[in-house]
Amino acid sequence: MSETYEPKIVAFFCNWCTYAAADLAGVSRMKYAPNLRTIRVMCSGRVDPQFVLEAFARGADGVLIGGCHPGDCHYISGNYKCLRRFKLLKRVVEQMGIEPDRLRLEWISASEGDKLRQVVNEFVAKLRELPPLNLPQRFVEWDKEVAELHNMVAAAEEQQKSEEVTSHA
Amino acid sequence: MENNGKEVRIGVYICHCGLNIAGTIDVKAVCDYAQTLPHVALARTYKYMCSDPGQEMIIADIAEHGLNRIVVAACSPNLHEATFRGALQRAGLNPYYFQMVNIREHGSWVHEDRKAATEKAKDQVRAAVARVQYHKPLERKRFAVDQSVLVVGGGIAGITAALEIANSGKHVYLVEREPSIGGHMAKYDKTFPTLDCAACILTPKMSEVREHPNITLWTYSEVQEVAGHVGKFQVKVRRKPRYIDEELCVGCMECVSACVYKEPKFEDEFNEGLGKRKPIFMPFPQAVPPVVTIDPETCLKFKTGKCKSPCATVCDRKAVDFSQTERIEEIEVGAVIIATGFKTFDATRLPLYGYGIYANVYTSLEVERLVNSSGPTGGEIVCRNGRKPKSIGIIHCVGSRDKKTNRWCSRVCCMYSLKLAHLLREHTGADVYQFYIDMRCPGKGYDEFYERLLDEGIQMIRGRAAEVTDWTMTPEEEGKLVIRVEDTLSAYVRRIPVDMVVLSVGLEPAAGADEVRRMFNISCSKEGFFLEKHPKLAPVETATAGVFIAGCCQGPKDIPDTVAQAGAAAAHAIALLDKGFVEIEPNTAYINPDHCSGCKSCIPLCPYHAISFDEQLKKARIDEALCAGCGTCVAACPSGSIIQNLFEDDQIFSEIDEVLSHV
Repeated sequence: MSETYEPKIVAFFCNWCTYAAADLAGVSRMKYAPNLRTIRVMCSGRVDPQFVLEAFARGADGVLIGGCHPGDCHYISGNYKCLRRFKLLKRVVEQMGIEPDRLRLEWISASEGDKLRQVVNEFVAKLRELPPLNLPQRFVEWDKEVAELHNMVAAAEEQQKSEEVTSHA
Repeated sequence: MENNGKEVRIGVYICHCGLNIAGTIDVKAVCDYAQTLPHVALARTYKYMCSDPGQEMIIADIAEHGLNRIVVAACSPNLHEATFRGALQRAGLNPYYFQMVNIREHGSWVHEDRKAATEKAKDQVRAAVARVQYHKPLERKRFAVDQSVLVVGGGIAGITAALEIANSGKHVYLVEREPSIGGHMAKYDKTFPTLDCAACILTPKMSEVREHPNITLWTYSEVQEVAGHVGKFQVKVRRKPRYIDEELCVGCMECVSACVYKEPKFEDEFNEGLGKRKPIFMPFPQAVPPVVTIDPETCLKFKTGKCKSPCATVCDRKAVDFSQTERIEEIEVGAVIIATGFKTFDATRLPLYGYGIYANVYTSLEVERLVNSSGPTGGEIVCRNGRKPKSIGIIHCVGSRDKKTNRWCSRVCCMYSLKLAHLLREHTGADVYQFYIDMRCPGKGYDEFYERLLDEGIQMIRGRAAEVTDWTMTPEEEGKLVIRVEDTLSAYVRRIPVDMVVLSVGLEPAAGADEVRRMFNISCSKEGFFLEKHPKLAPVETATAGVFIAGCCQGPKDIPDTVAQAGAAAAHAIALLDKGFVEIEPNTAYINPDHCSGCKSCIPLCPYHAISFDEQLKKARIDEALCAGCGTCVAACPSGSIIQNLFEDDQIFSEIDEVLSHV
């Protein structure tokens, strides 16, 4: 792992709690790692598992989902639905060979600017312990491997055919 | 990318925000970078984008350069999204062709590394530029506003707000948990710094509430359930049975005299447990409404069923009604003001001060009742041991400015301690010692009051009291309570023997504040006080539109500030009602019937029951009026046929792709 590795994190924050907590962290001038790229959604319930997979596929080293504390959802129960999807998604992600630690869900209320700072810093530290995920590069390599295999098979078939031709002759 | 056959032309504006952004982020570099992005027709920076010249610049550019999408990188969208949307609208562009990039709260203010912060800003701008191309023109929805207001809490904040609104001709429902309105202020004797009598200024207002034709007053009642949204909240109020017909009772108190308990026997909540009351009681003589209440916990009729109920017999208006049950009132209101006040710090949490251990240790609220001429002793200061105190120690900051309990300053304690010192000295002639950390007396006439008290000969000892003990060391300490303190001005540890100790307890969020918060869907700060929308610019609004806060439920404050804030909350509510309509963000979801497979997986997910199933078409359908715009159903739809306005899949995917596209 190189010294200069800066993990890329895509964050999905709900408008009412975690996005507001990030605003509060700003207003309070709390300092945290600049690795986060935040995407605002109205509710953590809007976070489609596809968003998370897309983020990983496009090169994110970690994905952070932030929602309201249980019982505090602005939309009554969106955070519970997010939690259900998250639990499943974590298993799916693991099956795909992505370390489950790269996906994180946190309940951060609008008053918890400090918790946001802590979570981000912790998450960045955690991701630094892991190698870069770099799925786009791995896709290229996998494609290459598949192509090579394909070529090998094609070459073998070719040879077999030519052998058959010779034997017939 | 096409826009109804027209070329997409994006204008990108990067705000310096003085040095707030430009101090950490290389604004020029971000601007130069934006210029290179596809479809960006123009990128500019400006000192203050939100200012009039900033907005005018956008408007002029839209006309001059034929821009049809705008991206502004500045502060949080929660602060200025509406401002810039307004500018687009004035320029004749649909306001939703706009995307805001938060490079201040999420950028310059939280990062120190200039290079990394600038790179982050570039990523964010790139994502916004990609996203805004997918934006669609949207219309805000309008709803009529119900012409009445719910005020929760009948202390001075709730009373003021209710009267202001009622006087403007709107209807008010005032809901109070206790049997009478008045709140904490009704318990006070005098108010600082003018020393005018609290009852003399409060009780006329209480009567005005009762008499006002526009106010429906429900005491002994609590809000049970809240649904709906700004302009149309459906509220259920639970009215507890007081076993007295409020319409019939005139408060003659005959029933109280007739009660089988000849002497008051039960702890009197209004007098902080210092006095006694009967099972049938009126909390205090000026109570509003002036009706009695029966407490079923102590009434013999409820406990044993064997009472002959002389209270009912003696009442010639037949107001006593043991069969009364709980009632639920259902109302619809356009706005809500929450004024649920505070509770005082529980002094038993700090046993070193001996509250609950030594009889003569009192809380400040108890002393308020003791010095009150309508209090349990008729205003005479008699300690629990029956003696008049000759020396009194007042300990400040009990449950305030303390890492072990509450860290915040309760703002009023310095001043009320001075007031109590004055009153106690006036009533008893005792020596009064104040143990303080700092004197905090900011306010009109407050510091003058402090000076006046110094002239009156109050002893001021600077230092947080270490403990209150009855362990005596010298003959003159015998039979007294000793306050041990480090006098930090003379650098001595001192022992001050006193007859009476008063603990100036701090202010905390009211009991049940958490339920209120959940019911009305508002946030609270880490301390538990309700969170305002903006600490400076929106101090009475909350994150939930149409719900306003006033008084100590928002944070500790004195009576003048509470009244001012209640007036502000009332003005907000009146303005909302007068406007007559509310506009709601068009971030609702709809279903594309061509793609919907009719699997019904979205239907049980909607917390608002906005999704129904059309049995004929075999498709789901979303009722736009009920949809609140969370997007949960969108994330669940297996065929991708639900679309949330402003948060469409294309828009979010383009953001994801672009924040990561930079290598």
